[in-house]
Amino acid sequence: MEIKKELTGNKLKISLEGRLDAVSAGDLDKVIQSDLNGVEELIFDFADLDFVASAGLRVLLVAQKRMNKQGTMKIFHVNEDVMDVLEMTGFSNFLDIVD
Amino acid sequence: MDSQDNNKLVIEATLENLSKVNDFVEEFLKEKECSPKVRMQLEVVVEEIFTNIANYAYGDDAGKVTIEGCLEDDAAKFRLRFMDHGVPYNPLKQPDPDITAGANERPVGGLGIFLVKNNVDDISYQHEDGQNILTIVKVI
Repeated sequence: MEIKKELTGNKLKISLEGRLDAVSAGDLDKVIQSDLNGVEELIFDFADLDFVASAGLRVLLVAQKRMNKQGTMKIFHVNEDVMDVLEMTGFSNFLDIVD
Repeated sequence: MDSQDNNKLVIEATLENLSKVNDFVEEFLKEKECSPKVRMQLEVVVEEIFTNIANYAYGDDAGKVTIEGCLEDDAAKFRLRFMDHGVPYNPLKQPDPDITAGANERPVGGLGIFLVKNNVDDISYQHEDGQNILTIVKVI
């Protein structure tokens, strides 16, 4: 998986490309742990994200919990396969998913 | 030693081997025109079961997992079995998460086996001869 980060002021955009699986979830976790200081607007772009499983959901939940304390988090361009997993687990209820 | 024939893969239970397991499963599906959705669901199932074994079955020790696959009912169904000699663990006993809870109320984790159960048509667990045996059936 490729992770691209774009920081503009207090807005951080993270674009993911490939598979957010058990192997790559740790890489995203590192970004969430180290790059969110002072961030008030977190944007994920999932346009090129093909796959997510529970290890990836775990990291998204950690990010959401953190952003609930310090700002907002939005997810853009979720494909159908990824959306299926978010819906099945009820993550679609609390994540702010934008078309 | 790791080994593989058409229906059986014996492999070290480590996360790095996830893609090999995916490739093994893909071989069964190649012949059959199953939908991208079914393919993705199986990928989720394989990932969750295999990573669970890789992360927990053998603690800090190394160990093997044996994976057997077969197509049944004129390739209408795919049966996949995971066997390991690790700590006895029946994942089906794990309670389902509350999927209506909000982010702040959610515990981190516990979704893997829930995703497995919701993406297969049948699932069963046995502990036999010191082995955990988890079998899933998916209509493809």
